[in-house]
Amino acid sequence: MSDKSKEIAKQSGAYSDHEYDAGLRVIHEDAVANPGIEPHRVRMTDKSVKHEKNAVRQVAAFFTLSMLGSALALYAYFAFPISEDLTTVRLNTLYLGVGITLGLLGIGIGAVHWAKTLMPDNEVSEERHLTRGSDEKRAAAIEIINLANQESGFSRRKLIRRTLYGSLALFPLPGIILFADLGPSLGDKLRHTAWKQGTRLTKDPYGSPIKASEVTIGSVFHVIPEGLMPGEENYLEEKAKAAVLLVRVDPEILIETEERASWSYQGIVAYSKICTHVGCPVALYEQQTHHLLCPCHQSTFDLVDGCKVIFGPATRSLPQLPISVDAEGYLIAQSDFHEPVGPSFWDRSVQQ
Amino acid sequence: MAQLKRKLNGLRRSPRALVVVLFAGLLVVGSGYTAVQAAVSPSTAVTRSQEQIDLGKRIFLSNCASCHGKNAEGTMNGPSLIGVGEASVDFQVSTGRMPGAASGPQLEVKPVQFTEEQISALAAYVGSLADGPSIPDASYLQANGDSTKGGELFRINCAMCHNAGGAGGALTQGKYAPNLMGSSEKTIYEAMLTGPQNMPVFNDANITPEEKNDIITYLKYLQNNRSVGGDELGNLGPVVEGLVAWLGLLGLIIAITIWLGAKSN
Repeated sequence: MSDKSKEIAKQSGAYSDHEYDAGLRVIHEDAVANPGIEPHRVRMTDKSVKHEKNAVRQVAAFFTLSMLGSALALYAYFAFPISEDLTTVRLNTLYLGVGITLGLLGIGIGAVHWAKTLMPDNEVSEERHLTRGSDEKRAAAIEIINLANQESGFSRRKLIRRTLYGSLALFPLPGIILFADLGPSLGDKLRHTAWKQGTRLTKDPYGSPIKASEVTIGSVFHVIPEGLMPGEENYLEEKAKAAVLLVRVDPEILIETEERASWSYQGIVAYSKICTHVGCPVALYEQQTHHLLCPCHQSTFDLVDGCKVIFGPATRSLPQLPISVDAEGYLIAQSDFHEPVGPSFWDRSVQQ
Repeated sequence: MAQLKRKLNGLRRSPRALVVVLFAGLLVVGSGYTAVQAAVSPSTAVTRSQEQIDLGKRIFLSNCASCHGKNAEGTMNGPSLIGVGEASVDFQVSTGRMPGAASGPQLEVKPVQFTEEQISALAAYVGSLADGPSIPDASYLQANGDSTKGGELFRINCAMCHNAGGAGGALTQGKYAPNLMGSSEKTIYEAMLTGPQNMPVFNDANITPEEKNDIITYLKYLQNNRSVGGDELGNLGPVVEGLVAWLGLLGLIIAITIWLGAKSN
């Protein structure tokens, strides 16, 4: 630090004779001068009896408002009981809430207003001390550490020191291993759904099977596998994975790879309804554009082109369910999905 | 054997044979057509008078033909209307969507351009061109079904676009699913039946007429009963609720904080 800047720092009060590293602090030569403490301003309530009396009345009014609020809450509890009719919840909640709010807010605002206008307004400033301790204090601290080292023999007794390190390192491990018990193992649940070869496609939620002839062009069916009904084991989990959207389009416009040519039936295609981004149900189907839109983050899939992503944050196409018809004309699944449905997970690409 | 053959040849050439063959042919074609017709449209006994159809055709030629073609066969500017049915015409015209004012992402609801009589004449004309969904029976438009079941069906089939509260919502590139609060029972039914614009079709095999009535019942229940949870804020979900919480409530909290820190005058 140059002599000149030291001089300026001294003037501005930012520098003391105590020598220490200024660190990253920048001392400007043209720094704004410290204006000091603001002059004390006398409140109106201190100057005029009229204002003081007004303030007293205001505080009392807030406390009275609080009393009225509490009384309103008590009254509302009995005057607007919640009955079988759900709409009674509306008035009950409204007046109970307003009453309790006024009860508490009145006390709070009244108390703060009282303190600000009527209690003494002495101003006190506390100077900040420097971060660095004095040399004596630092020397004393080091002396204590040295003495502790000497008396315990921490540096001298290597065997004790090393075994202590070892025990401290091992101690947290049992705690970490307990995290493995936080939930059951997933197994291959992320890779399989309730769809099997020959499972009939049925309408959500009542489970009636669907004939191919009933699916006219432009129709959308929301589909669950046959037999997946409330009360089944893991009903919601299985439904959340197996939900399918069934659409019929003109077979002429369907773009199909050779591998998937047999997965559709006369223009009827079935795709997983679970978005590959974060798993929202993708079901906003536009009949004329053949786009499927996810309501959560606007990922858009092209239904006639293998449900490829054409907009939005999703990165993978929706998995297609291979379908055909049985002897009675009902739509059935050829197999499960050929890839895991829904969002990515950490070892999704690992084959099992 | 040869004698019989000659006799048959003689019969074949007689004028009476022509009458018999013609009659048999007509009988097969006629009954076959009736059978097929019955299989295609099992119920609808549509009554449309020739006068209605003629009036409808005149209205069509002067108002619709420029886009849909003189014979409703469709042009570059509008789709063919052959086979769209009376329900389609009634939905589009009685909500004012048709005649369209300008091409755009979606046809808007506008003041209705025709009288009820003119609309039914127009529907009769388009319905007479080819079979299609007909105007729903009034017994399914009473909103007297099971609103619980209707609510379940609505949440599965409709809510993703129209919002669980029927408030509508945005689709891609300027298209949107309209608000259903205030739509008439017939409009809702016809929309499900015909799949107007980008809405998919929900035919009677997918959602039966009784179930359509249940859905209408649910929507009318929502429309006529206020929300239990307080003000609906347009039923638009977390965006509006978040806006109120962030701007309104947080603003109030900030105002109180500033007052707490300010010195008394």
